[in-house]
Amino acid sequence: MGLVASIRRLGRIAEPAPPTTWAGAAPPDQASKHPEAGGGAEALPAALRGSLQLRHVDAGSCNGCEIEIGACFSPVYDAERYGARLVASPRHADGLLVTGVVTRNMTDALRDTVAATPEPRVVIAVGDCARDCGEFAGAYGVVGAVRDVVPVDAEVPGCPPPPDAIIQVLRQVTGR
Amino acid sequence: MSGGTEVYAAQAADGFSASGAAGAVLQVAAVVAGAPLVIGWMRQVRARLEGRAGAGWLQPWRDLRKLFAKQDVIPRGTTRVFTTAPLVLAATSLLIAAIVPVVTTASPLDEMGDLFAVVGLLLVGTVALTLAGLDTGTAFGGMGASREVTIAALVEPTILVAGLALSVPAGSSNLGAIVESAVADPGAVATPAAALAFIALIVVVLAETGRLPVDNPSTHLELTMVHEAMVLEYTGARLALVEWASAIRLTVLLALLANLFVPWGIADAGSGVAGLLVGLVAVAAKVCVLATLLAAGEVFLAKLRLFRVPELLAGSFLIGLLAVTASYFLPSPS
Amino acid sequence: MSAAHLPALLGGLTLAACLGAAAVPRRALPGVAGAGTALVGAAGVACGVAALDRGIEPIELAGALPLAGLRLAADATSGLFLVLIGAVAVAAGIYTAGYAGRGHGSARTPLVLLPVFVAAMLAVPLAASVTTFLFFWELMALASLALVLAEQRRPAVREAGLAYAVMTHLGFVAVLVGLVVFAAAAGAEEFGGLGEAAAGLSPATRTAVFLCTVIGFGSKAGLVPLHAWLPRAHPEAPSQVSALMSAGMVNLGIYGVVRVDLDLLGPGPRWWGLALLAAGAATAVYGVLQAAVATDLKRLLAYSTSENMGLVCVALGVAALLRATAGNDEPTAAGAAAVVALTAAFVHLFGHAAFKCLGFLAAGSVLAATGRRDLDALGGLARRMPTTTTAFGIAALGACGLPLGCGFIGEWLLVQSLVHALPAGGTLVALVLPLTVGVVALTAGLGVAAMVKAFGVGFLARPRSEEAERAVEGGPAMAAGMGLAALACGVLAVAPAVLSPALGRVLPELPAVTGQGAGAVPAPDLDTVLRLPGTSGAMSPGLLAVGVAVGIVVALAATHWRARRRPAPLRDAPLWACGGAAPTARMQYTATSFAEPLQRVFDGILRPEVEFAVTPYPQSSYLVERASYRSRLRDVVESVFYRPVLRAISAAAAVVRRAHQGSIHAYLAYGALGLVVALLVAM
Repeated sequence: MGLVASIRRLGRIAEPAPPTTWAGAAPPDQASKHPEAGGGAEALPAALRGSLQLRHVDAGSCNGCEIEIGACFSPVYDAERYGARLVASPRHADGLLVTGVVTRNMTDALRDTVAATPEPRVVIAVGDCARDCGEFAGAYGVVGAVRDVVPVDAEVPGCPPPPDAIIQVLRQVTGR
Repeated sequence: MSGGTEVYAAQAADGFSASGAAGAVLQVAAVVAGAPLVIGWMRQVRARLEGRAGAGWLQPWRDLRKLFAKQDVIPRGTTRVFTTAPLVLAATSLLIAAIVPVVTTASPLDEMGDLFAVVGLLLVGTVALTLAGLDTGTAFGGMGASREVTIAALVEPTILVAGLALSVPAGSSNLGAIVESAVADPGAVATPAAALAFIALIVVVLAETGRLPVDNPSTHLELTMVHEAMVLEYTGARLALVEWASAIRLTVLLALLANLFVPWGIADAGSGVAGLLVGLVAVAAKVCVLATLLAAGEVFLAKLRLFRVPELLAGSFLIGLLAVTASYFLPSPS
Repeated sequence: MSAAHLPALLGGLTLAACLGAAAVPRRALPGVAGAGTALVGAAGVACGVAALDRGIEPIELAGALPLAGLRLAADATSGLFLVLIGAVAVAAGIYTAGYAGRGHGSARTPLVLLPVFVAAMLAVPLAASVTTFLFFWELMALASLALVLAEQRRPAVREAGLAYAVMTHLGFVAVLVGLVVFAAAAGAEEFGGLGEAAAGLSPATRTAVFLCTVIGFGSKAGLVPLHAWLPRAHPEAPSQVSALMSAGMVNLGIYGVVRVDLDLLGPGPRWWGLALLAAGAATAVYGVLQAAVATDLKRLLAYSTSENMGLVCVALGVAALLRATAGNDEPTAAGAAAVVALTAAFVHLFGHAAFKCLGFLAAGSVLAATGRRDLDALGGLARRMPTTTTAFGIAALGACGLPLGCGFIGEWLLVQSLVHALPAGGTLVALVLPLTVGVVALTAGLGVAAMVKAFGVGFLARPRSEEAERAVEGGPAMAAGMGLAALACGVLAVAPAVLSPALGRVLPELPAVTGQGAGAVPAPDLDTVLRLPGTSGAMSPGLLAVGVAVGIVVALAATHWRARRRPAPLRDAPLWACGGAAPTARMQYTATSFAEPLQRVFDGILRPEVEFAVTPYPQSSYLVERASYRSRLRDVVESVFYRPVLRAISAAAAVVRRAHQGSIHAYLAYGALGLVVALLVAM
């Protein structure tokens, strides 16, 4: 049983939870004012404290951000310990992780997905492309950044953003 | 058998006991409160085996609490079937939690339904959800419903035959009586018949609750879904009810499995408050052990292809059949 | 009015209904025929109640038939079937007034014949002599044949009528031979005399009679492989006739088995029970498998009839097998289980009649509204036809054999009899019964699949055709007929105790199953909580229903937790289509796709004919111009069992045809030759 041996040898892979960048500074409700989350001014909903189901939408990404999101839920970063979880349907979701510039073909799909997510919900734009079109600004197939299409509650900068940064924003929502 | 009327009289005599009633209330409360914790515990065990820290065993309660504060969404074109199906699922699950001997064998509701009625109630809940899946009119809803019904139909023979194997030695198909006879005759648990029936019932529990290798409860890929595909359109409180009910079904089935084969500690009609508490602690410990084993086992398993599942179920049916035959030809020594 | 006048009332009402329907103007025809049928049914129920109460003394009508005359009588067993068929006729009759009024099966002949058919069905259990029985049996067959052919302009109806005519007459021949041999050997013609003489017959005669009658009655009840007419004729008949046939007439096949094989001829050796059990088990599994993959709503219901008659036959077989095991010296567990099995058979007959009548009436309502029976073209009816949808939902719940449905109690009793017979039954029983439990369980599971498909695909989601989109309800008469049947379903589902007094009278009349003398077992007491004699199993359908209702209220209350924090609900939200355009109705699962996994699992039994052809462009074999896929499911028994027989008959006919040259000389020679042979034999 190689698997049993690996489990025993590796033990706990998850790194200890890093200190929150917003800890003590502001309660999560006002956390969006923090520079890490440069998004809208509105407060993150208190109903999502402790539990955040996420649906990921690739609006036109180069898949760099996807790899980092995947890493967030890997054993090393283990975002699940903060109450965040990926789900299959926006109906089950509380938050959308939107990556990439919004391309023409994905505009309606993104709007539909936001509309299909029940309130209260958060839309998190992950990566520089999602924030301000990054490298692809002005390309013919690009409609704009995520906030040009749907209201955005939080943003994660970086190209690609490191898993730590993504997790910091998720922790602001769940408050853990 | 000369005791037809005597048995009848004896039954009528022990129809109701205050301890049993208190036990029934206690076990429903315990199952309702504890079922999400069982799910949380299983996720936690799995997380630790995968080297993760895990969200903690309270996480499902946080999820449920949040879901109850979320917006209701009624999709276009759906009927009352969609809105009432979670209620029916939850109602049947609650009723099963009250009938099945979890904390006490003397539930006053025991006479309301025996093993076969409980199996039927489980199926009523399943049917309600499959109809809801069809009612949405989405491709995935229909797909999940079709798969769920196929599995439910094929698992049915195993349940009844394994139930027969358990009922025959006890002389009754009422779950309280089966567990009581196991308490009275501990040797019967070690017979080949009981061992075979145990194996068959494990497969039943896995299939009924949609665990690996029959269904993957944590899949995100719609095309591989069975149970999840039916509930893709649910939100908020209704989704919470569905998830809660699924947790209750898993918990009750695990508790039942534990009590059928390791009945020690369970309260009976004569137990006082202490007896009931002992029963509660005993069943919690047993379910905890079984849940740990189940979660640990799932780490080593991959989901079976849908069309391999019937082979698994046919195998478990044969084992159940062997259990019945063994219970006849190799009776318990006592 | 004494009980003896009731059969006369029945006859009089039939005549009046017939003449009335023949005479009234067209506009009033559906109403008169429907009301007449319902009245005949009500008279049948009255007869049945009287028979259950005290029995109906024999009535001799010497001049009614040449040579033999008619002899009518009824004991409690007859009474049970009279109530059953009469009640179905009442619901179907009321429904007819609305259904035929909408132009379905509204030709005069079928409507005039409807009361005759019901009366003939009611007369079969009233018959008390072989001649009378055969006379009404044939009358029933002919009347139903005419009714099946009501819409004879469609080729499918003519084909079904032909299959039905042939099969029903082959069955009639089997019954005829069996009963005539029985009567000749017993030297008696009325049933009382047959019963007394049966014990003295030689085993060979008894076996011959048993086999002939079981084959004959089995073909009427739709037992495999003699079921072939049932899924053809029942769907093609007008819906109220389908209901009468599927919920009424098939029961008479069971009545024949109970009356002739268990009551008059029994008790038999063990293998009789095993034979019934095997035939029933094969029928149950085969019927439900075909129902699970059927896409025609009425065909699905017809196969379900076959399935349920199979279950009843299993119960009868178990009862006979256990009785043969039990002996009559003392009360035994096997004897007690035999009584439970017999009770299961009767309870299931009632449950089946209720939900199948309702199912066919609701299917007829769908047919009247849309003109479609194909589930793949239905859907979305829940919004357009709420009454019919509710009715079909109740029927489907019953047909699932799940708690809260009226099919559950019969199946539960059957499983109980199997559980409690096992320790006491001996090695043979120990080997057979677990398999039987498996068969019953598989039947129940697949039954759920079939009914979820019928209800979920046929009535829920969005309409798959324009006809389904335009569907409207059929009016008060049809709703009343369905309501009556739904009421019966509900009562049987939660309070089977209503059957208790009747069963208490019927079971002691069948000592061949319930045992004699010291071995006799009383009928089980179907109280609020079902407790069984000699066993400790208990179940309460009524309390289960209450429990589920309480659970629903609790769950509803739970949904209000934190409700004030919720944003306002979003109604009429577009379906989640994974980000794509709104899903169209064609993207929904159909009945075919729903049953596809089951079809694949049971590929070896169902043997679907699949044609898959890909036509590439001439330029390259990789560029596909057209791909066609066709999958067709036929009745396997038909192709395996009947086709060779039909081919052999055709071959034989071809040989005989050579003698038919059309020459008058040859025919004269045949005649002379025949005369010579006859004279030689006579000398």
